[in-house]
Amino acid sequence: MTDTFQLDGVAVPFEPGQTVMQAALAADHYIPHLCYHPEFKPHGSCKLCTVKVNGRTMASCTMPAEAGLEVESEIEELNALRRTLVQMLFAEGNHFCPSCEKSGNCMLQALGYDLEVHAAGFRHQYPDRPLDASHPDILLDFNRCILCELCVRASSEVDGKNVFALAGRGNNKHLIVNAESGQLKDTDIALSDKAMQVCPVGVILPKRVGFSQPIGERRYDASPISAQALEDAPRPPSGVEHD
Amino acid sequence: MLPDANPIYGESPRCDLHADLHEIVARHCGEKTNLLQLLIEVQACAGYIPDDAASYIAAMLAIPRSRIESVASFYSFLHLKPAGEYRVLFSDNITDRMLGNQDLMEQMCRQLWVQPGKVSEDGLLSINTTSCTGMCDQGPAMLVNGHAITRLGSQRIQEIGQLIRNRTPVAEWPADYFKVENNIRRGGLILDNKLAYGQVLQATRAVAPATIIDTIKGSNLRGRGGAGFPTGMKWEACRNAEGEARYVVCNADEGEPGTFKDRVLLTTQADLVFEGMTLCARAVGAKKGFLYLRGEYRYLLGHLHAVLQRRRDSELLGESILGEQGFDFDIEIHLGAGAYICGEESALIESLEGKRGVPRNRPPFPVTHGYLQQPTAVDNVETFCQAVLALHMGAAAYRAIGTEKSSGSKLISVSGDCASPGIYEYPFGVSVRQILSDCGAVNTRAVQISGPSGICIGEHEFERKLGFEDLPTAGAFMVFDDSRDMFEVARNFVHFFAHESCGFCTPCRVGTSMLKQTMDKVAAGHGTQHDLTEIENLDHVLQTTSHCGLGRTACNPVLHTLKHFRPAYETRLKSLDFEPAFDLDGALARARQMTGRDDAGAHLKENE
Ligand SMILES: Cc1cc2nc3c(=O)[nH]c(=O)nc-3n(C[C@H](O)[C@H](O)[C@H](O)COP(=O)(O)O)c2cc1C
Ligand code: SF4
Ligand code: SF4
Ligand code: FES
Ligand code: FES
Repeated sequence: MTDTFQLDGVAVPFEPGQTVMQAALAADHYIPHLCYHPEFKPHGSCKLCTVKVNGRTMASCTMPAEAGLEVESEIEELNALRRTLVQMLFAEGNHFCPSCEKSGNCMLQALGYDLEVHAAGFRHQYPDRPLDASHPDILLDFNRCILCELCVRASSEVDGKNVFALAGRGNNKHLIVNAESGQLKDTDIALSDKAMQVCPVGVILPKRVGFSQPIGERRYDASPISAQALEDAPRPPSGVEHD
Repeated sequence: MLPDANPIYGESPRCDLHADLHEIVARHCGEKTNLLQLLIEVQACAGYIPDDAASYIAAMLAIPRSRIESVASFYSFLHLKPAGEYRVLFSDNITDRMLGNQDLMEQMCRQLWVQPGKVSEDGLLSINTTSCTGMCDQGPAMLVNGHAITRLGSQRIQEIGQLIRNRTPVAEWPADYFKVENNIRRGGLILDNKLAYGQVLQATRAVAPATIIDTIKGSNLRGRGGAGFPTGMKWEACRNAEGEARYVVCNADEGEPGTFKDRVLLTTQADLVFEGMTLCARAVGAKKGFLYLRGEYRYLLGHLHAVLQRRRDSELLGESILGEQGFDFDIEIHLGAGAYICGEESALIESLEGKRGVPRNRPPFPVTHGYLQQPTAVDNVETFCQAVLALHMGAAAYRAIGTEKSSGSKLISVSGDCASPGIYEYPFGVSVRQILSDCGAVNTRAVQISGPSGICIGEHEFERKLGFEDLPTAGAFMVFDDSRDMFEVARNFVHFFAHESCGFCTPCRVGTSMLKQTMDKVAAGHGTQHDLTEIENLDHVLQTTSHCGLGRTACNPVLHTLKHFRPAYETRLKSLDFEPAFDLDGALARARQMTGRDDAGAHLKENE
């Protein structure tokens, strides 16, 4: 018999070692998230996945599942916090969605729609973040980086290359590439790298394929992110069924 | 370990990085965990970390080059670009401000023709601010190439300017500049102890580790670093956790603005600190300990290494301590490099491992997965001292001091508006009013207890008592009299948190910097009721969703001053409900100047 915890009043089974997020997704319950990716160790930085556990707010992607926890997620209080966090991320970078190649495929944008973020909320900071177009096949548009470290993790853990890293502290934190010149062309990145596929927003883009998929026919144009995230969710190892 | 020799650094003629770099890297035996220590030495030698040095270190340590950049850029005292032969940092705590540091900094910038935050064109110097350097009782203070200078005044600034202009090496500056006073105003259990070094280790030779832990538990000792976790429980959990090795870490990061008691303990009671660490090592079964010393206190290195060596020579450290087979323990000192967040225990451990000081996800906690993922007991400097006294006196006698839930004494760092700033030791349970009277504070408007992350109390609360029952404190006690503007106090603290946020999580990275912008907007007279609402919203998000204690407490200064001193905010507000961040009329000023117009038609009407 598997243990369970309560998520918004519903019993969710979990395997030892799973976090609240992992168990919830595996059991077809959506909790908003941005820096969590089913193929990587939870990071816990965006805080979109904040839930209330026995009355205390916690990041569900890193919170180990435990039997008997009372977890609340789909409540207005938490969605209000999530909306503010999305507004913060939009205000921190330079996001001009109408002209963004990732529009429609962008998780940040999709979360904004899904959580019904209707206003800017904060003064935008308009940081100065020059592009890196040095590489023949790949463009880096740092303006949209939300510092989730997925590319850093993918490049180091999957590609074994360490092409990306984060530098600076606080408000000055930013993405850098692994080259004395500081330019992508002097790294060993390749189009086939995992790091090319994981960016939830529109920073790491292959060149010359822009807008080949028309806006309107993109991933989150079809249905909201909350209805799709479950497709990526890790399932119990084949053969193991939960009910 | 860092050498004691060559404490003076940064003057280019003395350093030949190309010759020294091999030696520096070799001394760290290619250990990745020593990356930060290695970078601190390169910085000390060359004044910055040159590109080719970074590439060389990366190659020697077999790590990606970007990691060097990533780590170095996390710490305020490390530079990847030349930052001047003389790097002047004015301590910018509110207490430095109250003592006039801003005028002094302006004076120096004028004298040396340099803008704050910029390197002079000849590369001679840069002048900037830094978070509290722990000299609040003898400020205004500064760091020059990492050396602490206290009691600044107009005359001293003038002299320093001359020394820099003449390129006099810092080693040859008057010794009086670097004098750091202890200013012990009131002693007690710790500060007046008459223990000989090694005495308690000797006395507990035959005592089983489990009994040591029982005594600490029985004494009700709670951590003095802020969180107040029961020390005995921590040691026990560490002892019982599974692991290949165990570690003891002394947290001497003392970054909370207004706190300087650990500096005085390390200066006057270093033996007690190391004895406490050694007793802890015996209790938990650790063979290795670290003292994580904030970079601002680098000047204490020579003294601390000498005490460690004396203890080794006296069989109090090293192999078979006091002849006991298998009781092996030694202590290494690691330096910080200007990052308040490294006081948070899991960030501290990351930093000890040579990484960016980003707080870890918890659980697991350091007692089970600390340094190198092994069980680790992290305690504050003062906690280790108290532990020695508790073991010396016995649990019951120790528990008899203080109050029911807060046993023992507490060192308080008093600064701000009072006649006698300095260190005061009291049994727990002392009232705020008592301390104010002892330090000679008059017309007091407010006291900031436990630093910016603590609480600000007003006059009607001065009967409250220090202790875990009422006013928990890590030791800071900043006094503000009725001439002080509590809005400016809060704004200074908000700037501090924005500067020190590690940037890992969204709410703190973005929230602290937005809070800073909004407070600056209010200070500039453009604030509205809407901004106060925004401040309250930001506070809520910070408090509920931040990853660690920094973000969760970053809103305290504003919350508390809004509660007690709301008029200080409201008198600054425009009556408008909303004020755009962009001042349209202001933007026309240039056009008016060029056309020589200043009539009503050349202005945009307000409220439109
Ligand atoms: C942002 C932040 C900064 C901290 N800075 C310090 C510090 O400078 N010194 C310290 O002893 N504890 C500091 N702490 C508390 C430590 O995380 C930890 O609780 C403490 O070192 C444990 O020691 P203790 O049990 O002896 O108090 C800080 C915590 C946070 C969240
Ligand atoms: S580039 Fe994309 S994947 Fe990488 S940190 Fe930024 S947002 Fe995350
Ligand atoms: S709360 Fe602030 S300091 Fe703490 S992890 Fe988040 S960004 Fe870093
Ligand atoms: S998804 Fe959990 S913190 Fe980002
Ligand atoms: S729509 Fe803004 S980053 Fe993609």
